[in-house]
Amino acid sequence: MEQYLSVKNINKYFGDFQALNNVSFDVKEGEFVCILGPSGCGKTTLLRVIAGLESQSEGLINQNNKDISLLPPDQRDFGIVFQSYALFPNLSVKNNISFGLKTRKQNKETIDKRVDELLKLVGLSDHINKYSAQLSGGEQQRVALARALAPSPGLLLLDEPLSALDAKVRQHLRLEIKNLQRQLGVTTIMVTHDQEEALTMADRIILMNNGVIEQEGSPQDLYSKPKTAFSANFIGTTNLFKAKKISESSIEINGSALECNENIKDDLLTVTIRPEDIKISENGNEKNILNGTIKELEFLGSNIRGHIEVDFKSEKANVICNFASEYILNNNIKNNSSVRISLQPHALKVVNE
Amino acid sequence: MKKSKDDYLTIFFISIIGIYIFIALAFPMYAIFSKSVENKDGIFIGFENYQSYFSNPALVYSIYNSLFISIITMVITITLAFVFAYALTKSCMIGKSVFRSIAMIPILVPSLLSGISLIYLFGKQGIFRELMMGYEIYGPIGIIIAEVFYTFPHALLIIITALSIGDARLYEAAKVLRSKSIRTFFTVTLPSAKYGVISAAFVVFTLVITDFGIPKVIGGQFNVLAVDVYKQVIGQQNFEMGAVVSVVLIFPALLAFAVDRIVQRKQVAILTSRSVVHEPNKNKKFDLIMLMYCSIISVFILTIIGMCLYASLVTFWPYNLSLSLTNYQFDLMDGGGWDSYYNSIRMACYTAFFGTIVVFTGAYFVEKSRSIKTGRSILHLLSMMPMAIPGLVLGLAYIFFFNHPDNPLNFIYGTMAILVICTITHFYTVSHLTALTSLKQIDNEFEHVSSSLKQPFYKTFFRVTVPISLPAIFEIGIYFFVNAMTTVSAVVFLYSSKTNLASVAVLNMDDAGDIAPAAAMGMMIFYTNAAVRIIYVLVTKKILVRFQKWRTKTV
Repeated sequence: MEQYLSVKNINKYFGDFQALNNVSFDVKEGEFVCILGPSGCGKTTLLRVIAGLESQSEGLINQNNKDISLLPPDQRDFGIVFQSYALFPNLSVKNNISFGLKTRKQNKETIDKRVDELLKLVGLSDHINKYSAQLSGGEQQRVALARALAPSPGLLLLDEPLSALDAKVRQHLRLEIKNLQRQLGVTTIMVTHDQEEALTMADRIILMNNGVIEQEGSPQDLYSKPKTAFSANFIGTTNLFKAKKISESSIEINGSALECNENIKDDLLTVTIRPEDIKISENGNEKNILNGTIKELEFLGSNIRGHIEVDFKSEKANVICNFASEYILNNNIKNNSSVRISLQPHALKVVNE
Repeated sequence: MKKSKDDYLTIFFISIIGIYIFIALAFPMYAIFSKSVENKDGIFIGFENYQSYFSNPALVYSIYNSLFISIITMVITITLAFVFAYALTKSCMIGKSVFRSIAMIPILVPSLLSGISLIYLFGKQGIFRELMMGYEIYGPIGIIIAEVFYTFPHALLIIITALSIGDARLYEAAKVLRSKSIRTFFTVTLPSAKYGVISAAFVVFTLVITDFGIPKVIGGQFNVLAVDVYKQVIGQQNFEMGAVVSVVLIFPALLAFAVDRIVQRKQVAILTSRSVVHEPNKNKKFDLIMLMYCSIISVFILTIIGMCLYASLVTFWPYNLSLSLTNYQFDLMDGGGWDSYYNSIRMACYTAFFGTIVVFTGAYFVEKSRSIKTGRSILHLLSMMPMAIPGLVLGLAYIFFFNHPDNPLNFIYGTMAILVICTITHFYTVSHLTALTSLKQIDNEFEHVSSSLKQPFYKTFFRVTVPISLPAIFEIGIYFFVNAMTTVSAVVFLYSSKTNLASVAVLNMDDAGDIAPAAAMGMMIFYTNAAVRIIYVLVTKKILVRFQKWRTKTV
């Protein structure tokens, strides 16, 4: 696959405030890329810059081997779905979808055929003559998607498309949009603040914070190899510790010496370990074993999240662990139970602050 | 970023509307300022005119008089309107919609009609002249009563809005905390309505200080600023002095306008928070008191308008009280005859039609276009200015600007066009705000969606924005029509023998002593406006609903 869109060194200032700081990334043809980050990180600004709704202060944008940096939105090739859907309330579903088809001197039959095709695609053929006030949130969302796809744009932009929906509908539409995108092969950029959404839908995630790209990569990479404390914390749940170097393969956390499989360089560092990578030690054969007391157990269904007060050598610290519910119940582990846990050497990751 | 075709079109339209407002407002206002520092031969003389104005005690006394009646009227109107609005929003009395409709009647008639009515009620040959106990209705008493009548609905509308935004949750909290109703009133009701009341007070103040119809009709020897402008120009043909008084008149109006804008901005902040609508509870004693109060006010309003109706039908007051349509034979009197009535209808239709187009398009560009920020802010600022300019001042400014021999637009002087332009400009701001409010409720992403779909903005404008805004567009049209029918101040300097207007005819017939025909012509305006209002309600109820079926949730 070749590069379809490339964004180079984008800076965007609003007065003194820098919303985007030297942002660069590429998107391959047919790829589904998620721009993920907390509110105010600049992700929506970035999307609007790509659409031409906002002009960048500096930087270049290339789409399909054409410099579009200075083009107004109506001369760029994209379809967009907004968080509010922005369906025209006084036009029927049909007229909303055909809104972008009518200038191209296409005859009525071609347009009608295209509308039918799109409605079938999003599964709303029965609603062709309804108005948006008569549709559910999920249905409106799909109409907005069909309208954006109607002129067959080269690039599809989705601005938090699911955040106004109920949890159940959201999960369902997540899959549906992903399938649709794969089926049509349209290059897609979606902006979201919901890490679960990004992890399930994207081929590649671009994680942003404070106007800079914090990390980019596949969902698996971002989850298992976070480069920074922010990445580790924003995606999933994690434990973060300040540590000191002992040797190239061992560190000290709160006075306790621990083995670590990474190549330790700095004297002072931050390490992270995911809750599910922490194991309860039964026979004491594992490495990096520490004693602790269960302070709180949160029931999450198949899992139970334990908040454990761990006795490090010099002081106590709280650690979050995930256990299979079955295990906790079978072993009669309760609040104030004493446990031995193992911070496995391969799971301790060094991250940048 | 490169400019698209849409951007160029936007710039083009904003420029056209901008140029229109400059010609219709900015240049004439400049003309009146420069006229006030010139002598009769058009030579610059600095502030000499102002010096001679302020050394003339009779003229300066008008400033005091104007402030006096404006402040007294403001206090009375706001008090009366507040209680009335309170009854409409916070009580469970019967007949709320009837009371509301009655309270709106004064908007439908020229302000001076209430003065004429008062003459019939309390004048030298009035029905209730004994009630005056030796005092004269001609003078401050008459002016204030008539002004209260005239300004009442304006204040009422603003205060009703302010009281309606009171949050039900606060009332519930007060009740749960066992607050006494008096305390609830002072801690919950009044603070949330505060800005509305202040705003209403300034609106009333401005209306009174700039009104000249009422003091002209019933003021007697009591001079006010607005009448001075009229007398200087029409009576003495002293245009320079007219300009000076105009500038003096602008200051209090400008001040009131500025305060109102600041207060309005704070009011918006309250409105945007999502509050729950407060539904009043039944309280027999309170509801009865409110019912009595509203009845008294309504009787007062109906008496004023009823008196005019009666006077217009009486053959020869007070000697021949048999009813006839003699007074409606306008062609037999001076003042323009029936032609002036038809002229008014034409003028009101043109104003409503062109005014609505200009205002709505202007507001659309201010609110929705994404390019040229500065142009849009300037356009908005210009759109807000007419509210601060008294109609009489605007009219005089038009004489100076359009009647200037070097002005290429000189040819519209004395035509219907100048009346329409002046009236649109005079009532521009309120319509602009109505359009803006409506447009603000429409999703801003519509424009972005259509540009992503490669559609020109005007397609979205005609297919989406205009259909959605139809109720507001009709509202603006009606507002222009009704005001064009009733306005005197904006047009009294500008009409010609061919473009005489009904409202001006009322003034001139009254001036000539033909009071009964003046009342009759005033009533013609009332009938017309009332009919238009009723038709409007029917249209919105029946026909508009068909075009707006997309608003309903059911299929």
